[in-house]
Amino acid sequence: MDAARRLRLMVMVLLAALLVLAVLLSLALGAVTIPLGDTVLVLVSLILPMEHAVEAQLIVEQIRLPRTLMGMLVGATLALTGAAMQGLFRNPLADPGLIGVSSGAALGVALILVLGGPWLAMMPDALLPYATVLGAFIGGALTTWLVYRLGQSVQGTSVANMLLAGIAIAAVSGAFIGLLSYLADDAMLRTLVFWNMGSLGGASFERVGMLALCCALVWWRLPRQAKALNALLLGESEARHLGIEVERVKRELVLLTALGVGACVAAAGLIGFVGLVVPHLVRLMVGANHRYVLPASMLLGAGLLLVADVAARLVVAPAELPLGILTALLGAPFFLALLLRAQRNGGV
Amino acid sequence: MLEAVDLSCARSGKTILSQVNFELRSGEVLAVLGTNGAGKSTLLGTLAGELSASAGQVRLAGRPLAQWPVGELATRLAVLPQASSLAFGFTAEEVVAMSRMPHDTGLLTDRRVVSEAMRAADVTHLAGRSYLKLSGGERQRVHLARVMAQIWETPGACLIMDEPTASLDLAHQQLILEQAQRIAAGGGAVLVVLHDLNLAARYAHRILLLDRGEVVALGTPWDVLQAERIGEVFAVAVQVTRHPAQDSPLIII
Repeated sequence: MDAARRLRLMVMVLLAALLVLAVLLSLALGAVTIPLGDTVLVLVSLILPMEHAVEAQLIVEQIRLPRTLMGMLVGATLALTGAAMQGLFRNPLADPGLIGVSSGAALGVALILVLGGPWLAMMPDALLPYATVLGAFIGGALTTWLVYRLGQSVQGTSVANMLLAGIAIAAVSGAFIGLLSYLADDAMLRTLVFWNMGSLGGASFERVGMLALCCALVWWRLPRQAKALNALLLGESEARHLGIEVERVKRELVLLTALGVGACVAAAGLIGFVGLVVPHLVRLMVGANHRYVLPASMLLGAGLLLVADVAARLVVAPAELPLGILTALLGAPFFLALLLRAQRNGGV
Repeated sequence: MLEAVDLSCARSGKTILSQVNFELRSGEVLAVLGTNGAGKSTLLGTLAGELSASAGQVRLAGRPLAQWPVGELATRLAVLPQASSLAFGFTAEEVVAMSRMPHDTGLLTDRRVVSEAMRAADVTHLAGRSYLKLSGGERQRVHLARVMAQIWETPGACLIMDEPTASLDLAHQQLILEQAQRIAAGGGAVLVVLHDLNLAARYAHRILLLDRGEVVALGTPWDVLQAERIGEVFAVAVQVTRHPAQDSPLIII
C-alpha cells in the first residue's frame, strides 16, 4: 500500500518535472534557438519588473509563450478527456479522434465558419474564437452521444461498434467539410485545411483565453467524477448499486468531454491519439484508479504535446510539420499495437 | 425486509413474472431455484431495481425501492452480478475498496472493512494483483468481497447474489454460502439464486421455487424439496433422503 503510494508520488513529481522541461524547450527551440538561460530570464521578467535586454524577448513573449500555453492546455485537456471517455465507454481503446468526436467538433467549426459568415462579420474579433468553440462543442456533444448509443451493449461498449460508428461519423463529417469547402472562399479554405491537420501555429492570446476558460471548467469538474468513473468501469448497474446517479454522471461526462475536445479542436484543429496514448502510458505507471489517472494524464499530456510540437517545428525547419500529422504518425502504430494485443487476449 | 408485492414483469409483451409475493426476512438466507427461463434473473433484476415491474412493487424496509435515494439505497442493498465486464487493471484491493463509495465512515474504518471482507472471501493474497490477471473464480471472490464490504456491519442490509457459485470450486462454493449465513446471522438478509439443489438444501433457511414466472413453492428446504415436486418442475426423477450428517434434505439424481 505505502510502497504503491510512494511510487505514485514519484511518478507525479517526474511528470511535473518533464512538463517544466518541455515548457522551457518549447519556449527556447524553434526557427531561432534561444539559450535556456535567456528563456528563463524572459519568464522571470514577466513576473518581476526588471530591466533586461534579451534580444529574443519579443519572440518568446509574443510568439512562443501563447503557443506553449496553448500546447499545455490542449495536451492536458485532450489527455484528460481521453481518459474520461475511456471510462465512460468502459473501453481502454476509446479516443476522441478515433470515435469521431473530434470530426464532429470539426464539422461544427466548419459550419460556423462557412455558413455563419454574415453573423461572424458583425462580431468583434475577440469573440470569434467563442463562436467556433460553440460550434465545436455542439458537434462534439452530439457525436459523443450518438457513438455512445450506437456502441453500447450489455458487456460494456463493443470496440467494433464504437469504431464503426466513429468511421461513419468521420466520413459524414469529412464529406460535409468537403462540401463546405466548395462554398468557402480562399481564406476560409486555408482555415479549413489548417483545422483538418491540427497545429498550434495559430496560437494567440485571444485563443489561449478562450481555451483557458473552457478548459478551466473541464479541469475543475472532470476530476470530481473520478470515483464515479471508477464505479462505471464495473458496469452501469454495478455503479448504480454503489450509489452513483449513473444517468446524471453520464450526461455530465458527455458534456464535459465534448466541451474539452470542442475547445481544443476550435483552437488547434484535429490532433489525434493524445487522448489514447497518454492515459494508456499513465495506467502503466499509476494503475487504473481515476483519482491518479486523471491528474497524471493531464501532466503527461501537456508535456508530450509540447515535445511533439517542438519536434514538429524542428524536423523540417524553417518550415513546420502540422502537429496533427505528427501525432497521427506516432499514435496510429501505438493504437494498432494495442488492438493486436487486445485481440490476442480475447478482445476488449 | 425486502418485499415483493404482487410483482409482475413483462418484457416485449411476454409475461416473465406474474404475481410474485414474498418477503426476504432479516436473518435468513433465501435460495431461489428454478429451471432456465423460469424468471430467476428477471426476479433478481426487478428486486435490485434494475428492471421496472409492469405491476406491483418492491419494498425495502416498507418503502418502495424507487423512492430510496440512490446513495442511501447503496448502503442497504448490495448486488453480486453473475459476471462483471471490468476491463481495466485495477488491483483486487482497489476493486474491493470501491464498495465503500456510498459510505462516509472515514478512511480507517474503510480500510479495516476492506481487509476484513477480503479475508472473509479468501482473497487477501490477491490484494496487489491486477484484476485482469485473475481467474474467473478469483474474480468472482473479489466481487464477493466487494459486495460484502459494501454492507459490512450494517444490520438490516440485503445482499442479492445471482448464481455466485457458478465459477467456483467446491471449497469456495461452501465459503460463499457460509458467508451468506454469517451475514444473515448478523441481522442481514441474503437472497441467492442457485442451481445446485443440495447447496440450497444445506445452506438456505428457506427456498423459493420458481416455475414459468410463478412461485410454485416457498418454505423450508424440507417443505419445498420434495421428490414429486422436483420431478414436475425440473423434469428429472430424483430421490430425497436425509443428509447423513445434518438435518437437511439430500437430493440424489
